[in-house]
Amino acid sequence: MQDFVEAFLNIEIAREAAPILWQGLWQTLLLSVIVVPLGILGGIILALLSTVHSAWVRWPLRVWTDLFRALPPLVLLVFIYAGLPFAGLEMGAFGAVALGFFLNTGAYYGEILRAGIESIPRGQVEAARSTGLTRWQALSLIVLPQAVRNVLPDLVSNTLEVVKLTSIASVVALPELLFQARQAQSVTYNATPIVAAAVAYFILLWPVVRLLSRLENRQLAGR
Amino acid sequence: MADIVDARAIHKHFGPLHVLKGVDLTVAERELVFVIGPSGSGKSTLLRCLNRLEEPTSGSILVDGIDMLDKRTDINRARQRIGMVFQSFNLYPHMTALGNVALALRKVLKQGRAEAEQRAQAALARVHLADRADHYPGQLSGGQQQRVAIARAIALEPRVMLFDEPTSALDPELVGGVLQAMRELREDGMTMVVVSHEMGFARAAADRVVFMADGMKLEEGPPGQIFGDPQHERTRAFIRQIERH
Amino acid sequence: MSNWDRFLDSFFNLRVMADQLPKIVDGFFLTVVLALCIVATGLIAGLLLAVVRALGIRPLNWLIIFVVDLFRALPPLVIIVLLYFGLPAMGMELSGFGAAWLALSLVLMAFAEEVYWAGITAVPKGQWEAARSTGIGFLPTLGAVVLPQALRMTIPPLTSRTIAITKGTALASVVAVPEILGAAQAGVSFSFNPSPLTLGALAYLILFLPVVILGRWIETRFAWKR
Ligand SMILES: Nc1ncnc2c1ncn2[C@@H]1O[C@H](COP(=O)(O)OP(=O)(O)OP(=O)(O)O)[C@@H](O)[C@H]1O
Ligand SMILES: [Mg+2]
Repeated sequence: MQDFVEAFLNIEIAREAAPILWQGLWQTLLLSVIVVPLGILGGIILALLSTVHSAWVRWPLRVWTDLFRALPPLVLLVFIYAGLPFAGLEMGAFGAVALGFFLNTGAYYGEILRAGIESIPRGQVEAARSTGLTRWQALSLIVLPQAVRNVLPDLVSNTLEVVKLTSIASVVALPELLFQARQAQSVTYNATPIVAAAVAYFILLWPVVRLLSRLENRQLAGR
Repeated sequence: MADIVDARAIHKHFGPLHVLKGVDLTVAERELVFVIGPSGSGKSTLLRCLNRLEEPTSGSILVDGIDMLDKRTDINRARQRIGMVFQSFNLYPHMTALGNVALALRKVLKQGRAEAEQRAQAALARVHLADRADHYPGQLSGGQQQRVAIARAIALEPRVMLFDEPTSALDPELVGGVLQAMRELREDGMTMVVVSHEMGFARAAADRVVFMADGMKLEEGPPGQIFGDPQHERTRAFIRQIERH
Repeated sequence: MSNWDRFLDSFFNLRVMADQLPKIVDGFFLTVVLALCIVATGLIAGLLLAVVRALGIRPLNWLIIFVVDLFRALPPLVIIVLLYFGLPAMGMELSGFGAAWLALSLVLMAFAEEVYWAGITAVPKGQWEAARSTGIGFLPTLGAVVLPQALRMTIPPLTSRTIAITKGTALASVVAVPEILGAAQAGVSFSFNPSPLTLGALAYLILFLPVVILGRWIETRFAWKR
């Protein structure tokens, strides 16, 4: 027990590592605040494109989506970070993370939003168009708001995954929470900083998990 | 007096399916034309071609003098002049009754919020729903929803209103309110094209009844003639069948 | 050298690719093994938890809910790193493969439990009552009446989750497992050419593209009625 506390819950070391863990936490939050909207933007673009009734749009879109859903995000990130510089495309850790998340999480958000859009009856668009609204106005004012509401649990769930996924930025040395924790761990030879990081993630994300459970149960009850 | 609707030789194909086979339809100002016919005869398709929710394969359509099929026509502007009411209401569930009516006023006519809401309120009053302005569609009965849908269309002050079976999704006791709203609209001089099975309403309010079958206009005439002395055997059979209900 | 040639030389360098191909192929099979291990243990452990939860023992259920929440809230990479670097301090040495297997199994277990549980609660009460009224015991009712109905409903959401989590096998490269990504990165530093990464990405596509397409099909085929 003594050993366990010593190795995992070492107050001394936790205090020592606290400042850089704080920095890491801030980086994680900052990163999330940037990559989540980026992914949603990518998703909206893909979902809007999916409403175009043309095989020339539909098929490339499907290939694109499946491609980025099949490629593990870490593989994509490493490819962008370590591979593209060989082609003269140097974008740094942050740029690589932003691009990777845009491509990967955009594909997921896109699928969710597409399902939401397809859940809205055609009559909604027809009613809007019959009053003179443009295609774009019908989509943005009538279809999207309803679609988002219909797939809200999936959107929240995906957003939770995206925030968790920011931890892979540690692999390209972006100093977010996990990276800082590993730095501290390698300096102190003690796992406490990683435990502390895990606790931080849990405190940050547990409310979201609870909320999701609620939303999902409500969805189930309404079925 | 010029016709408000002047559609000629409308053909419509859905893939191999020939749904409209050269239909002519003219509607004079202030006229109420009633369209009847068996299921699948193309009534809805004809109506939806008039405001180009469906693209006719060929033919010509003038509404209030505007060539609806000309690619240079601003279709969204043209559609302001053509109100449409759907069988399934198609109210926007995420907006209040007032929001439903005001949306096109703001986004299409570019009115300010206050002006749009004032006009929307007036339109709701015309269908006797002024007190339901803040309700969401889910909080309204089917009949009330359909009247909001009528208000949504008339708020744009259209030159003609198209109704596609406005009462057939309603419980019988709710039909009366919607027909009443349509009757009042007619008394105010609105030009209307109505697809419906409400024969009593047709007898009382229609100027002309058009009978369609298999994508063609088989016959047309004043209600007394179509209901009392139909020329075609198919019309006769159809009316007999309807009246039995 | 034109830009195009330089591009080809960087990303599709056949000599480097041929060099590294055997290692990537090894990595490919390691990834498949790891993925299958995770799917098996994760789905079974999740089902066990859901069944235990169905017993309705209060304190036990709180514990299950907490464990599920925990592994839904923690990033998989954090769990892997914690197991790999943390456990040795307790005198428990865990290989990189073991750490990745255990961590991702726990994550899949948590998500699977949620889905199974949702499925079980979605089966109407009348089904329980009908079976119990004929004298069938609790567990046989669960096993023969409720679960078969519940599991069918869980297929689409479980499929997409399982795919997403098994793609996490790439995270094992962080703890020195020479699966596809690990092998590819080693190849890049060895040859100073990113072609092995191209190869690795292709290997992942070969592995997961059919799975994603199959998943899409399953999701529509067994879709929940909403
Ligand atoms: N979008 C479409 N794609 C393919 N076929 C269609 C489409 N819309 C209508 N049809 C077909 O065109 C024919 C005419 O349909 P329409 O809806 O105009 O008939 P209707 O007279 O309004 O019938 P009802 O009284 O049942 O409403 C039908 O055979 C229908 O199946
Ligand atoms: Mg119809």
